[in-house]
Amino acid sequence: MAKPFRETLKKKDFIVTAEAGPVKGSNVTNMVEHIELLKDKVDGLNVTDNQSAVMRYPSLGTCLLVKEHGGEPILQITCRDRNRLAIQADLLFAYSRGIDNVLCLTGDSVDVGDHKEAKPVFDLDSVQLIHLVHSLNSGKDMVGNELDGGVDYCIGASATPSADPIEPQLIKFDKKLDAGVDFVQTQAVYDLNELKRFMEHTRKMDGKVKVLAGIVLLVGAKMAMWMNDNVPGIFVPQHFIDEMAEAPKGKGVSRGIEIAGRLVRQIKEERICDGVHIMAIGREERVPDILEAAGI
Amino acid sequence: MSMGTDNKIIAFCCEKSAYLAADRAGRMRLYYPDNVRIIRVPCAGRVDALHMLRAFEKGAAGVLVMGCQEGACQHLTGNLRAKERVRYTASLLEEVGMDGARVKMVNLGPDMAQKFVRVVKDMAEKIKER
Amino acid sequence: MIIAERKPFEEIKNMIAGYKRILVVGCRTCVTICWAGGEKEVGILSSQLRLQSGRNGNELSILEATVERQCEKEMVTQELGDKVQDIEAILSMGCGVGVQTIAEIYEDKPVFPALNTAFVGMPEREGLWIEMCAACGDCFLDRTGGICPVVRCAKGLLNGPCGGTRRGGKCEIDPEKDCAWVLIYRRLEKQGRLDLMRKYYEAKNYRKVKRPGKIEALEA
Repeated sequence: MAKPFRETLKKKDFIVTAEAGPVKGSNVTNMVEHIELLKDKVDGLNVTDNQSAVMRYPSLGTCLLVKEHGGEPILQITCRDRNRLAIQADLLFAYSRGIDNVLCLTGDSVDVGDHKEAKPVFDLDSVQLIHLVHSLNSGKDMVGNELDGGVDYCIGASATPSADPIEPQLIKFDKKLDAGVDFVQTQAVYDLNELKRFMEHTRKMDGKVKVLAGIVLLVGAKMAMWMNDNVPGIFVPQHFIDEMAEAPKGKGVSRGIEIAGRLVRQIKEERICDGVHIMAIGREERVPDILEAAGI
Repeated sequence: MSMGTDNKIIAFCCEKSAYLAADRAGRMRLYYPDNVRIIRVPCAGRVDALHMLRAFEKGAAGVLVMGCQEGACQHLTGNLRAKERVRYTASLLEEVGMDGARVKMVNLGPDMAQKFVRVVKDMAEKIKER
Repeated sequence: MIIAERKPFEEIKNMIAGYKRILVVGCRTCVTICWAGGEKEVGILSSQLRLQSGRNGNELSILEATVERQCEKEMVTQELGDKVQDIEAILSMGCGVGVQTIAEIYEDKPVFPALNTAFVGMPEREGLWIEMCAACGDCFLDRTGGICPVVRCAKGLLNGPCGGTRRGGKCEIDPEKDCAWVLIYRRLEKQGRLDLMRKYYEAKNYRKVKRPGKIEALEA
């Protein structure tokens, strides 16, 4: 049985989480394989929620699978698909089934996904969502009604250290810290100086929150360029695109693993932040290779 | 309402350029088809999509909007607006299943009698083909 | 003001198929300004319909009219009064409010919308209209330096930008569109009022205006 994430946050020196992306369908076979592969290698396993607005098996469902297989799940909730009632209801359900870590996200726009004609919800934003979880944690729903059976969530938020301009992002991020956040998982980080500046700011605002730097596995130069144009919140600098382009044919993923490993190792050795959050989208089976390349 | 069976062409002619060119063609005895009706306007920019459509409703088979060369319009942008309106009218014609090429924008100078004759003849040919 | 756009010609043509005597009625206010349903557009659409029916050998007679404001019952009856008698169907080039006003007054006549009413907005330049207001009934503009996040933020966020903002401060969904929150940040910074952006704003009250909205003046 995996250790509760909130304990790990308090006690472990360098925290590693990874992501499992659900399947588009009801066939959970591959997901279970990934869960089995990763559950003991990471401190927490995030499950994305209709990531990039592409409809998939829900985060909640996959978190139950993680739990069933002895892993430590981190539920992701976005504000795009559910209103405040549905979100509160889902949080009550998840907690009743042993899930007690939640990452509170705004959510990618429906326009970037595969159901572009859908009506986006965005009844709440990520800051309001964090406040909502605190309400539930204190035994009341969002409008103040007493709950018969409460919850106790470990709350996470996201941040974008490479945003340009950064100031508006930091203002919003500060509101999240102010609301009370146990951990932060950032969007993909490729520039460690940017990460250092972000950490300086964060430590000033909140000395206790644990920050895990997001590491996205690159698999090819073209893919990196495509992500720059199409995936919200990611920016791969030119020198990494070049490094990927120089990889011999068929060795793109290996080069990507090298780069990811290098970043993780440096973050750990220089103690830049409290850990990493590894996103190997579509290639969950390579996460152990990244950890190996990083010397973990 | 006739549908252009007599192949009438309406030519809206700017009085500073095309109208003078038409006049010159006449004086030079350059012949052009006699199913052309010339309407003098103070500037090609005076002609609106509605005027062009109404011309077709009244039986025109082709409409020419003729103004000064680009950069030479006395009202500075009248001929440019006319160009946009002709383009717009062409799309309105396509919407009702008519060929947008039946309306055309032409730019010329006041002494270009030959060009005047040529574009009129071209339009007459084009509408005959339908 | 209300911004609308004419429906595709095919759609309009199909709506009035079979009718031989129609009234096409425009409006001199909002839809005139956005070039969608003013007197000129009434003329153009009517001309197109006549050209089209002529080509198909169909009979179609069109009466054209334009009302000062199609959303005011008095103005509609004043302008249209007796014109509607021999008409089989009415094609309204007003916004959705105009169409419904006409439908309510002339209840026995089929009324069709020639426009798609799109949003509340303004002309940024000649021929370009952009949405500015969501008519949400709970105006937030005092807190954002006069820039509406409900409309201009693609997600309607109230506490700052999402993490998907593109480099250079462009919106996640459109690289040509500025991130509203970056615009708000810049404006508040210029005015030295960033404290407004630092405040936490609670979830929006969507019941401020109970839809369909209704406002009654005390003096009524």
